[in-house]
Amino acid sequence: MKNDYRARNHPAWWAFAVHRVSGLALAAFLPFHFWALGQALGGEAALQGFLVWAERPLVKASEWGLVVLLAAHMAGGLRLLALELLPWRDWQKALLAGAAGFTIVVGLALALVL
Amino acid sequence: MSARTETRLWIAQRASAAVLALCVVVHLIVIVYAMQGGLSAAEILARTRGSIGWLAFYSVFVLAAAVHAPIGLRAVLMEWTRARGWPLAIVLHAFALALAVVGLRAVWAVFAA
Repeated sequence: MKNDYRARNHPAWWAFAVHRVSGLALAAFLPFHFWALGQALGGEAALQGFLVWAERPLVKASEWGLVVLLAAHMAGGLRLLALELLPWRDWQKALLAGAAGFTIVVGLALALVL
Repeated sequence: MSARTETRLWIAQRASAAVLALCVVVHLIVIVYAMQGGLSAAEILARTRGSIGWLAFYSVFVLAAAVHAPIGLRAVLMEWTRARGWPLAIVLHAFALALAVVGLRAVWAVFAA
C-alpha cells in the first residue's frame, strides 16, 4: 500500500497520532504547570493571583483540553501496555474503543464542573 | 546506542507508565472534585499544606513524569530528526533534570506554603 492517507486512515493509526500529539503537548505544558504551582512559594495570595488570571475563558478552555489530552494519553498508554505485555486476546481489540470512551467521560465530567 | 541501554530505556518507560497511570487516575479524580465551585488557592493549600501523604504522592508523580516524558520525547526526536548520540542525551537529561527540579519545587511549594 502506498504511504498516503489510505495507510493511515484506520483506528490504530489515529490512536498512535492522539498518543503522540497528547504526549508532546503534555511534555510542553508540564514545566508551566509546575511553575504555576511553584507560585505558592510566594504565599497563598501569590497562588490565588495566578488562579484569578487563569479564570480567563481561553485559559479555561486550554486547561480543559490539557486534561482531556492527559486522559487520552493515559488510556492510550494503558492500551499499549496491554498490547505489549499481556498475551494476545480478542478483547484487546476493544481497548481502543475503551480508551476513547474513557477520554470522553473525563472530558464531559470536567466540562460539567469547569 | 547499545542494545542494553535501549532495553533499560524501554523498561524505564513502561515502568514509569504503570506508576503514572495510577497517579493520573488519582489526579483526574482530584481535578474534577476540586474544580466544583471553582478553584481557589485556599482550597488547594488546605488539602496539601503539611500533608505527608500528598507530598509523597506528588513527589512520586513528578519523578515518574521526569523519567517518562524525556524517554517519550527521545523516541519522537529520533524519528523526526537526525538527533543521535551524546547531544541528544545531554538535551534529554537536561529536560529530565529540569522537570524533576521544577516539579519537586512545586510539590514543596504546596506542602510548605
